[in-house]
Amino acid sequence: MPLKDIIEGTYSAWMSTNAPHTDVALSSRVRLARNLGDIPFPNQASPTDLARVAEKVEKAVSQVPELSRLEVMRLSEASVLDRHILAEKHLISPQHAEGAENRLAIIADDESVSVMVNEEDHIRIQTLLPGLQLGEAYQLADNVDDLLESKLDYAFDEQIGYITACPTNVGTGLRVSIMVHLPALVVTGQVRAVLSAVSNLGIAVRGLYGEGTEASGNMFQLSNQVTLGRSEQELIENLHAVTMQVIEQERATRKKLILEMPEQLEDRVQRAYGILCHARLMTSQEALKLLSDAKLGVELQLISGVDGETLNELMVITQPAYLQKLAGQGLDPTQRDIRRAALIRERIRTK
Amino acid sequence: MLCDECKKRPANVHITKMVNGVKSESHLCEECAREKGELTLISESKFSFPNLLTGLLQTGSGIGTPVSIPAHTVDGCRNCGMEFSTFASKGFLGCSQCYTQFEPRLDPLIRRIHGNCKHTGKVPKRIGGAQGVVREIESLRRDLAKLVSDEKYEEAAMIRDKIKDLEKRLSDQV
Repeated sequence: MPLKDIIEGTYSAWMSTNAPHTDVALSSRVRLARNLGDIPFPNQASPTDLARVAEKVEKAVSQVPELSRLEVMRLSEASVLDRHILAEKHLISPQHAEGAENRLAIIADDESVSVMVNEEDHIRIQTLLPGLQLGEAYQLADNVDDLLESKLDYAFDEQIGYITACPTNVGTGLRVSIMVHLPALVVTGQVRAVLSAVSNLGIAVRGLYGEGTEASGNMFQLSNQVTLGRSEQELIENLHAVTMQVIEQERATRKKLILEMPEQLEDRVQRAYGILCHARLMTSQEALKLLSDAKLGVELQLISGVDGETLNELMVITQPAYLQKLAGQGLDPTQRDIRRAALIRERIRTK
Repeated sequence: MLCDECKKRPANVHITKMVNGVKSESHLCEECAREKGELTLISESKFSFPNLLTGLLQTGSGIGTPVSIPAHTVDGCRNCGMEFSTFASKGFLGCSQCYTQFEPRLDPLIRRIHGNCKHTGKVPKRIGGAQGVVREIESLRRDLAKLVSDEKYEEAAMIRDKIKDLEKRLSDQV
């Protein structure tokens, strides 16, 4: 698939609800940080160094037949808007979208694999799958890593493992994370206790768009805190086990809500659905909140007019850059709120 | 109770301030609190890694030995020129050589971040070469010890043979 289609397409494979535990776990992500041995890290490298990195990686991708389904995009050739769309789709980080010179985004046709070149590290391999599939996401990343390593000389040290620009990532260079939707734990005020318990088990909690972002739409990202001293398998198993606990908690709380306050719960999701179907102006924060409520309604089979995948898709395409892409022009905040409301009405009604 | 500020939404952020011994209370809704910057203390912490790192490196955390940098030492990485003080303020090293050059000062820091200083995970196939086999043998030895202590001798024998094979491969390579 050409990159134009990736940017313009609104559906990504991770939005599927046909995967394990998608009632709570939205998507599984794996990131491997790698660097080339003989070139300074991006923060210290000269433009010539960075160009060399980009060239080496691009060449490696073209030489390995198994990597042919990856498409290379030079961010300097993409518009600011397109770069932001890639970030809103979680294919590159918001930080990567900011800069352009000598930066690459290498993306698989189904968007399950993306490689950022010259972000914080020379190479960051990312995989993204629907539901709770941490092991599968790792295998995918591990495979791309092996294929790239067959052509590139990585910086590696026997003692501290894969070398990274920031010492918080050395060792495995692995960050494995899961996006969970916890509306019931939030509404009952238990989320803080659950998440603080989780952080005692070596798990970090973040918001929807990764580091430094706030939790919105009742979405939380859980990931391993430590990268050195434990094997990939141990890190994945730990996060998987903790996530299963969080999922069970959320499910039990949802059940309790239905039993103990069915009217309040139904009122809340139906109101959200009503507003989504009829509003004429909507901010992205409001949209995320209502989409979260509606998602809960779908999971609990309280509303049937819309499916989970459409709601996942709407969470991405109601973001500012996407709306402007769909509109084919720049939009001020009020125009965006109008377009956002219209887009949601149209998507929900056609389903 | 309604929000003091907008008088529309319910107040769910209650703030008690002591300024010069004078106590003042305010009751705000979440949105107004955020607008007034009252929530930043609670929800959006500015606790980024570089800030934390600078703190750790300069003052120590009060637990264990602080990692001290001698004042006014100008010392850069011989490969990329990165100075340790720059790393301390930005949180990023300059190149893979920095790890070797700054090792005495980085080691305690890495230990503090990860609680550990020894990589036990994946080894790159090509450049890792022998290292990968060594790692595999180490892991098999651990399995073997466990099997022996569990008195599972048949499985232990299989693992022992596997270790022998790998050791042979290793000595052939050299």
